[in-house]
Amino acid sequence: MPAELETVERVRRIDVDQYRYGFETIIESDKAPKGLSEDIVRFISDKKDEPEWMLEWRLEAYRRWLTMQEPTWARVDYPKIDYQDVYYYSAPKQKKALASLDEVDPEILKTYEKLGIPLREQEVLAGVVRDEGETDGEAPRRVAVDAVFDSVSVATTFQAELKKAGVIFMPISHALREHPDLVKKYLGTVVPTSDNFFATLNSAVFSDGSFVYVPPGVRCPMELSTYFRINERNTGQFERTLIIADKGSYVSYLEGCTAPQRDENQLHAAVVELIALDDAEIKYSTVQNWYPGNSEGKGGVYNFVTKRGDCRGKNSKISWTQVETGSAITWKYPSCILRGDNSRGEFYSIAISNGYQQVDSGTKMIHLGKNTTSRIISKGIAAGKSQNTYRGLVSAHRKATGARNFTACDSLLIGDKCGAHTVPYVEAKNSSALFEHEATTSKISEDVLFYCVQRGLTQEEAVGLVVNGFVRDVLQQLPMEFAVEAQKLISISLEGSVG
Amino acid sequence: MSALLEVRNLQVRVEEREILHGLSLTVNKGEVHAIMGPNGSGKSTLSHVIAGKPGYEVTGGEILFKGEDLLEMSPDERAAKGVFLAFQYPVEIPGVATMTFLRTALNAQRKARGESEYSTPDFLKKVRAVAASLNIPQEMLRRGVNVGFSGGEKKRNEVLQMALFEPSLCILDEMDSGLDIDALRIAADGVNALRSSERAMVVITHYQRLLNYIVPDFVHVMSKGRVVKSGGKELALELEESGYAQFEDQAA
Repeated sequence: MPAELETVERVRRIDVDQYRYGFETIIESDKAPKGLSEDIVRFISDKKDEPEWMLEWRLEAYRRWLTMQEPTWARVDYPKIDYQDVYYYSAPKQKKALASLDEVDPEILKTYEKLGIPLREQEVLAGVVRDEGETDGEAPRRVAVDAVFDSVSVATTFQAELKKAGVIFMPISHALREHPDLVKKYLGTVVPTSDNFFATLNSAVFSDGSFVYVPPGVRCPMELSTYFRINERNTGQFERTLIIADKGSYVSYLEGCTAPQRDENQLHAAVVELIALDDAEIKYSTVQNWYPGNSEGKGGVYNFVTKRGDCRGKNSKISWTQVETGSAITWKYPSCILRGDNSRGEFYSIAISNGYQQVDSGTKMIHLGKNTTSRIISKGIAAGKSQNTYRGLVSAHRKATGARNFTACDSLLIGDKCGAHTVPYVEAKNSSALFEHEATTSKISEDVLFYCVQRGLTQEEAVGLVVNGFVRDVLQQLPMEFAVEAQKLISISLEGSVG
Repeated sequence: MSALLEVRNLQVRVEEREILHGLSLTVNKGEVHAIMGPNGSGKSTLSHVIAGKPGYEVTGGEILFKGEDLLEMSPDERAAKGVFLAFQYPVEIPGVATMTFLRTALNAQRKARGESEYSTPDFLKKVRAVAASLNIPQEMLRRGVNVGFSGGEKKRNEVLQMALFEPSLCILDEMDSGLDIDALRIAADGVNALRSSERAMVVITHYQRLLNYIVPDFVHVMSKGRVVKSGGKELALELEESGYAQFEDQAA
């Protein structure tokens, strides 16, 4: 009968084909030959006009990578990746430096339009310089954007204004040329080239990404943001982000990602390093929406990411907030090393899996300094035939007296074909450490859904409402504009999971 | 004039077991019907099937609402058409503010009917007026839906929604369960204020007590999946004295 709305039945007919960013941009591009070798590493370094030490750094990583094994401990399952069948460098062909909107490849412009980046922002994205006086009297809240298209950064906005404040925000390839000392001093100090298989690969072949330096005592005047887009077929994206908040400074950074819909899998192995010196604070937010694959589990991005923050100075603070809705495979553990005394690490996560997506994500809070505190709030939502694992480590060093952690991991299941798993590791090597862990797993209740639809909501609206309630305390951590975006994205990601 | 709700020879199964064996009931606009009966007689099943709760299989009969086939509609369509079920045990929805829930639901219903959605100020004005009449503090509306509400508060929240959505058919499922006498009186006063010549109510209850506060026009006694006796409000008092046992044989 029609009144029967068997959630489970509908979950069987799951459809994640509604991915809205799956289009492809047809542009000419410069590509390195397929496969990986010392020559490719040299090619990338040469394309970027890098200093000699950087090439050596990459080659050392490459040689190290050859000796390493791909990790298998995560609860993810995927066919063996042929690392010789990937393009490691792809860039949109561009004849000269951009002076006006008209000179940007119109296809790239269209891409940003389709991605819903507002026109005004799109103009600045494309590198058109506007007069200072043109901003409205109300001074709308602005976000400086660095747009990375495949392997290169195509535009970075508001550079001049940031420069006035002393903030450096530019593609890391430019920073290597313009601020080599800063890059050399910090690159690889949080995630060493030998860290893990994917990070080492990234160290060898990373092509672009963002570099941020906030000088002592400066509160960055606007949100900084990087927008990553994989376009080329069979192309890996290996971005590298390095953010340094010098003493007493503050910066908030946002990262967004999408990719076209393709049958083959795309590889993404990024590294993000954050360094907070004395009394500095970094807030890093991600909305990850790489293509998740289709309803049969075909295609989608393999997302192997190493993100780590180092609270190097006393009283420093690093806060990670992530909304993970995309990718076929997610392997990602944004972590904090709490080195400075009284430093604080935070991890707020919403990870949603639907269809055949597999998520293995969590965090590590490594307490080294005295009186360091950390807080972990993780919300996992599994629908369809997906698997969603929280994996976390909280550890206190012998000398980390007074270390404190609070962890809450909540999982929500939609349907009965999906799985949620929680794998917490806790290591306290001194008796004064105080760690609290709470975990819940619940199924989205038929009674709750029925209550909502009885009040006039459709099944999908009901699921969206319940899920948004479930993730609310994490959403509140996101900057306003992002929170609204994320809320919509959550509803879209769960379309077809019921009703 | 056709009836507002017409249940004809309704047969319902839950997991291979027949719960309703050919139940009929006619409710006109402006009427208040009480459905009484012992536990397991099928009272709640009837309310769930009218509202469209999943898990019930209708194997025979029909339900017409405003002359349309109700069983062909999804539960949210029924709600938009004016069917409201006040739950025996209203659920909690953590993280969703009551105010947000009310606005989302009201606008969803209006949208489904092709009406314009309420603007935020208009909506707030409307909610505040209704909440004040039910003695519901603003603070309660900011809390998650029913989270940490007392039994009385949960039922008042149901009445609040009834007042806000202005349904043409209200089904009250065991509204008195878990309420002390004062809480019951407040909730019943709220319900009585909503009685009108344009609206019908079906009050499902085990005890006669509730019917002292919400006085019905008609009383039906259910036993073993059928209506075994119908009458005026005096039937409820009769039941209070003699109990349900006398009907068990008739239903068999």
